[in-house]
Amino acid sequence: MTYQFDFGWLIDSLPVLLKGIRITVQLILIGAVFGVALGIACAWVRALGPKWLKPVVATYVELIRNTPFLIQLFFIFFGLPSLGIRMSELSAANLAMIVNLGAYSCEIIRAGIQATPRGQFEAGASLAMTPFQTFWHVVLVPALQRIWPALSSQIVIVMLGSAVVSQIAAEDLTFAANFIQSRNFRAFETYIVSTLIYLALAILLRQMLAGLGWMLFLRKASR
Amino acid sequence: MTEFSFWDILRNLLLAARWTVVLSLVSFIGGGIVGAALLFLRIGGRRWARLLSRGYIQLFQGTPLLMQLFLAFFGIGLFGIDVPAWLAACVALILWTAAFLAEIWRGCVESIAKGQWEASASLGMGYLQQMRYVILPQALKVAVPPTVGFSVQVVKGTALTSIIGFVELSKAGSIVTNATFQPFTVYGLVALIYFALCWPLSKSSQLLERKLDVAHRNH
Repeated sequence: MTYQFDFGWLIDSLPVLLKGIRITVQLILIGAVFGVALGIACAWVRALGPKWLKPVVATYVELIRNTPFLIQLFFIFFGLPSLGIRMSELSAANLAMIVNLGAYSCEIIRAGIQATPRGQFEAGASLAMTPFQTFWHVVLVPALQRIWPALSSQIVIVMLGSAVVSQIAAEDLTFAANFIQSRNFRAFETYIVSTLIYLALAILLRQMLAGLGWMLFLRKASR
Repeated sequence: MTEFSFWDILRNLLLAARWTVVLSLVSFIGGGIVGAALLFLRIGGRRWARLLSRGYIQLFQGTPLLMQLFLAFFGIGLFGIDVPAWLAACVALILWTAAFLAEIWRGCVESIAKGQWEASASLGMGYLQQMRYVILPQALKVAVPPTVGFSVQVVKGTALTSIIGFVELSKAGSIVTNATFQPFTVYGLVALIYFALCWPLSKSSQLLERKLDVAHRNH
């Protein structure tokens, strides 16, 4: 192998990379907040919601979990305009991530809810809590605490999966890498650098989610 | 201007879906072999082997599959080989699958009670004998549902190989869209074909899990 590695382009390309990182971080923050919220709503439907809505949610979850994220993205960005629904690259990427994480987190949260003993619903009711209050305070919070590690991993997986939004020209980190390597012809080095950035982001995100979990659940419990 | 009927679209997509299936099988089998090697390193006695395997798994689980595909595509090229897309796709998917399978299987091996290791050690068995006769037969049973479940991720992962130019179902979807200007129909069909491939795997994983759970309770 006579290849000479060259990382000299890195300094000039830094602003492009930073912008890509910013968009990727922005995508995952919005995606995580709304995706988990959607997941909680769907889990509520599957546990206590109206009967007619249950099969709808079940179909949504199964459809999303058994198709690739790339195709969901293409369907939203290229397919939906045929129905008159148009959106920017970033909105489409955000929507796809929310819809995707919503389905996965629904299943994860549902597993946590199912582990709640039946008696706790009844105990909540006997304390004159409304069904919604019981769901929120008695069922959901302990369920979230139970499944927090699984939910965190799923959020990290969605973050890593977001690399494909570059395919609809959303200007995330991968898009930045593609742009840079088309200028400097140093494809391998460019992708090594962006892979390492993704690795750092994944480790950071995992730590942040662990910290958030501690803030949400353990600190409360120790008080 | 050629007109494309619904049947033309479906037929072309189904023909391309063969490559999705082939690539999934290759990645899964290859990933299983490499993953088993990683597993033996990961739970074996040697410290450097454990660290090496752990680092490998964290690296591949902590980076996007798309980046791994790009690196395989351009990395193999550094050796002066003209890399066809299928080769890069196979290499990246096998390495990626291996990392996940090794981690899943490690969980299964660790779910076997420590007493089993000690009992087999006290019978004078070596590491490989312990694995062969005591640990693996039990761990394999636990491992089946999550392994089948992960195969769904592999099938979905193959969609990314379209980005480096391997013509499978997703790439065919893009090509057909460009020819027919019917993205809604085409991507809808592509999604349904993926669903038809993945859903039986998901369902059987769930069923196996339930069956195994019953077996567990009867102990």
